[in-house]
This record gives sequence, structure tokens and C-alpha cells, in this order.
Amino acid sequence: MVDITAQEIERCAPLDGVRTASRTSGSRIGFEDVSVAYGGLTVLKSLTLTVHPGEIVALIGPSGSGKTTALRVVAGFVRPSSGRIMIGDRDVTDLAPYDRQIGMVVQNYALFPHMRVEDNVAFGLQAQGAPRDVIRQRVPECLAMVGMSAYGKRYPRELSGGQQQRVAIARALAPKPQVLLLDEPLSALDTQIRRAMIDEIAKLHHDLPDLTVLYVTHDQTEALTLANHIGIMRDGEMQAFGEAQALFRHPPTRFAAEFLGRANLLSVGGLTAAGPGEARVRFGGAELLARNPHNLPEGRDCLLCVRPHHMRFAGEGAVANALTGVVQSVQWQGDVHNITLTAEGESLRMTCVPMAVPPALGDQLRVCFDPSEVTLVPEDAPRG
Amino acid sequence: MLAGSRAWRLAVWAVVLPLFAVLYGLPIAVIVLASLARTWNGALPGEFTLLHYAEAFRSDSLDALVTSLMTGAIASTAALACGTWAALALRRRVRLPARLLEAVFFVPSAVPSVSVGLGLLVAFSQPPFLLNGTRAIVLIAHFVLVFAFTFGNVTAGLARVPAECEQIAESLGARPFYRLRRVTLPLLTPYLIAAFSLSFALSMGELGATIMVYPPGWVTMPVRIFALSDRGAIFDAATLTTILGVATLIVLTVLSRVSSRAMLR
Ligand SMILES: Nc1ncnc2c1ncn2[C@@H]1O[C@H](COP(=O)(O)OP(=O)(O)O)[C@@H](O)[C@H]1O
Ligand SMILES: [Mg+2]
Repeated sequence: MVDITAQEIERCAPLDGVRTASRTSGSRIGFEDVSVAYGGLTVLKSLTLTVHPGEIVALIGPSGSGKTTALRVVAGFVRPSSGRIMIGDRDVTDLAPYDRQIGMVVQNYALFPHMRVEDNVAFGLQAQGAPRDVIRQRVPECLAMVGMSAYGKRYPRELSGGQQQRVAIARALAPKPQVLLLDEPLSALDTQIRRAMIDEIAKLHHDLPDLTVLYVTHDQTEALTLANHIGIMRDGEMQAFGEAQALFRHPPTRFAAEFLGRANLLSVGGLTAAGPGEARVRFGGAELLARNPHNLPEGRDCLLCVRPHHMRFAGEGAVANALTGVVQSVQWQGDVHNITLTAEGESLRMTCVPMAVPPALGDQLRVCFDPSEVTLVPEDAPRG
Repeated sequence: MLAGSRAWRLAVWAVVLPLFAVLYGLPIAVIVLASLARTWNGALPGEFTLLHYAEAFRSDSLDALVTSLMTGAIASTAALACGTWAALALRRRVRLPARLLEAVFFVPSAVPSVSVGLGLLVAFSQPPFLLNGTRAIVLIAHFVLVFAFTFGNVTAGLARVPAECEQIAESLGARPFYRLRRVTLPLLTPYLIAAFSLSFALSMGELGATIMVYPPGWVTMPVRIFALSDRGAIFDAATLTTILGVATLIVLTVLSRVSSRAMLR
């Protein structure tokens, strides 16, 4: 990957007659109560969401939850059945896709197979009528930005998946769009290349700090690594939205806790307040202390969210939040040990640094967790 | 098991190959041999000669070849242009009318082409549509007969152009016509060439409608071949048939070359 600083990118010639809006401020993406229906079926339900200028928001959720639909409605490929779409201060709801000035990258790259890499990258500028010398300057710049300078003369079929995706990103960024839409851009790549590409996208955004990005994925690593804010989608609805770390630490719903980071969720009862933002709950015979960021009321049955990596072995002495469980399985995964326990009839997963002598199946194990690292989560309302 | 399937495959080939050799090879061989025969009384021609070919290239049979090539090229080009336009216009429209229209286009191919010729003859025999005795009516007949195949081929090809490529083009700022010119049509090229090839081949061999409508100055190869064989000039008819076949083959080979080059990109 060739290093290009933000200044270098800013230095490149302005696109006369192409994009009049200044690149310095960035544009927001706004969904205002947007619903989308296919036939009679509503697949996006009253989505309201703002992606602030220069921010990356990830939409994460299982397949079929409406993530792609949300992107396509911003791009203009589907019309919302109600609601408005804003890009910057423009209401683009009634604009054709070619008037929206967005960059888009999709899962299978969709490079133009009959054009060389450089022509793919030049396409947007040409379509928008940029002067020839601007194109000649901008195309190598964009190829350099994604480390593909050496491949300009190739055809897409002569590139690997990762390389094709870089070209797709360069193509989307060449006309200097204010907003970039990414639809599972890495899910067709194998794990190793995907990791590298996450880093590169992060770096790219660091170099283009004004670019507003809506990033759709079903991969939590991508979302947590790249996004400032994360929206969790389910059945066409946004179940949860929040700052990435906060959402991970204090998931507001069972679904959010399970989908983002595969948390252990223990059914607990008898909630009583204990200090500011904390509460005491009962789990079988044990009394546990946890954070209560959602201010669940006293007496409420709820869930205790414990991340597998927050569980520790408890010594003999008296410690807070200690549980005793029976070892059900032990898995060594190289850099970690995964252990499954059952306690009070519920299954608990913990990950810990590899041990020379791991616990054996059937062993009694005493574990504990820090009250500041566990969170009470309301049971989801029954789904109709 | 593998050996069994291998033996089975060989057995299938052993049946299919001779069958094809007989079905395709025999008639072609007979025609080619006849075009080279001075006399033919026994199982094989008695004496070989190139006289028929010399004759063909001296007489106005050559004109017939040019007439056929021009008719095929013009009618197929027109059908390609209209078929592509129609396929693009009907794309992503409500399914039923498009299907219905497609069926209507195919009707001329389903009835005897003589009837199509007759229909055209009657329809265009009165002012303001007085076309009888013109070259245009031959071209129209060919157009009507090949259009359905062109339209069908282009529609099938259009369905295989990745919608995502077109949408990305649009999001990059390409207006509909620009997108059509730089993305849709280039991706469609192999299908356009296939459509053109098929309609050209059909047009080269068209007899039934042509014979009903052709004017004296616009005699196509099939009409000439029919006239020759009607007169009993079998060897000359065979010669023209061979020339027609080879000419068509050359055109189709060139087209398929162009197509595979377009495919590669
Ligand atoms: N063109 C379409 N026609 C009908 N239904 C569609 C269409 N596209 C998507 N859907 C439906 O909308 C729902 C959401 O799809 P999508 O937004 O692609 O989900 P995701 O990207 O989260 O996997 C799915 O149930 C899908 O079947
Ligand atoms: Mg999707």
C-alpha cells in the first residue's frame, strides 16, 4: 500500500465542473423515517438514522435483515415507500442515482469486465464530463491510493478478489464523492486478505477524513474495527444503535448482545439497586453485582451479559461475582483456550490465555467477573 | 464403475457419430459431389469437373450471391437494430405484455413462409402501400421472418448483463444513454453478434416468402437454386448450393471470431 497523506490528496487538482461542493466539510447521510416495501412486504421499517459528516457507521445484522435495502435506497436504486433521504443538505429522495454523487462498492466488486483497470477508475470522471487532463491526473492518484498503480493496464479478470475490490474502491472514490456506500465489501475475500483490507480501509478513511461512510456487513470485527457508530438490524428494523464501544459494552437488547460479540446471557432475577448505575441480581443461589446502564427497575427479571473474555478463574478466597460450574468442553485454539461450563443449568463460555494444564471435563470450576464489566440487559419483548 | 461409464460413453459415441455422419454428412456430400459431377449414373459421379463452378462465376448466379448477401446483411442489421431497441424498451416492464409481444413476433416463424410472402404481397399491393415489384418488399419479408429470433436472442442476452454493473455505472454519474453506450451494449455485444449470425443464416436460406414477392432484378440464391432444380439443372443447383453454404459459413466464422474477441474482454 502506497503511503499518501491527507495533504497530498487535498493537493490534487480540483475537479473543475465536476463536483462543485467543497470537500472540506463533508456531507451527512440522513434517513428520515424511511420505509421500503417490495410488493406488499415491508423490508425496511421506519428507519431513522444520521451518519454525520466524516463518520463511518456500520449496519450489521443477519442476512435478510434489510441492510442492502438500506444502502440501495440511499443510492437511489429503490424508492422508499415513505420517508426522505438526505445527503448533505439535499433531499435526494426524488433524484436519479446518477445525480446523487455517491460512491458505491458491492460484495462482488461489479467491475466493468470489458474495461481495463484504469478505464474502470476513469469511468465516473468521464461520465461526469471531467476534463481530460484532470482524469489523467486523478486515475493514477486513485490507483496509488489503493496500492494498485502497477495494474492499470490489466483487465478485471486478471486480478485476484482482493485486487478487484481495491480497484472497486478506487473507482468509487475517483470522482471524489462526499459519501461512500459499502455493501459487504470484504465478505467475498478469505480471512487473511479480509484482515489486511480492514486495515487499509481504516487507513483510507484516515487519509480522507471528510468522507462519510455507510458500511454494511454481517461481520462484527469489521464493524467494531471501522465504525464510529453501529446500527444493528433485524427484520427490517434497527434494533439498536450506538457508539461502537458503548454498544459492545452495554448492549441494549438480547439480540444486540448476541449478535455483537457472542455474549453469555444469564437469566437473572430479583433486581435491587446497589450504588449509582449498579444493581444486585440473583442467579440461582448466587448474588451478583452488575452495571445497570439501562436503569432497569427493581424486581425486574432480566439478563446478565458477560463477555467470554471477561470471565476469570476465582481463587479460594471470598470474591465478588463468583460462580461454580462444571466443565463441559475444553478447546484449544492456538492463542486461546475456550472453555464451556454449566452453572445453574445455563451454559457459559469463557476464553482465557492458553494453559499448560487445562481443566478436565467434569471438573468443578470457580469463576468470577468484575462487576464493572458485566451489564444487565432487558429481555426482548416477545416477538409477534 | 468408471470403466463402465467409459464403455457406456464410447457406446453412445459409436451410435451418435454415425447417425450424425449420415444425417448431416450424406446430404452435404451428395450436393458437393453433384456440384463437381459431369455425369452421375451409378452410385458415384462418373466424371469430375469444375465446369459448373466456372459457369456459376460467369453467369448472373454471381449476382444472386451478392443479392443474397446484401439481403441478409440489410435485413439482419435492421432486425438487430429494431430487436435491440425493442428488447431494451421492454426490459423490466411488466412481464405479461412483453411475453405476449414476444409471442406475436414469433408468429411469422410459425406459419409457412409462403403464407407470410402471400400476406405481404396482398398487403402491399395497394396505394399507399404499393411495394410490389420492389426490392424493399423482399427486405421486409426477411425482416419479418428473422425479427423474432433477433429479439429473443437480445432479450436473453440482456437478462444476463449484470444489473450491478449497470447500477454502479449509474451511481458513478452515468446517465441512461451514456450507461447504455459504455456498459450495457459492450456487455451485450456477444449476444448481439449471436443474434445477427442466426438471422443472417436464416435470411441466406429463405425461399418461401422470397419466391412470392421477389422482383426480377432481385433474385436471391435460394430462388435461383429453386429455379435451376425446377428446370432439372441439378448439377448447377448443387453448385450454387455449395457456394451459398460456403459463403454463409465464411460470414458466420468471421462473426464468431469477432464475438469470441468481444467475449474475452
Ligand atoms: N428485489 C427484491 N424483491 C423482493 N424482495 C427483496 C428484493 N430485494 C430484497 N428483498 C427482500 O428484502 C429483505 C431484505 O433484503 P436485504 O436488504 O438484501 O437484506 P440483507 O442485505 O440484510 O441481507 C429480504 O427478505 C429479501 O428477501
Ligand atoms: Mg445484503
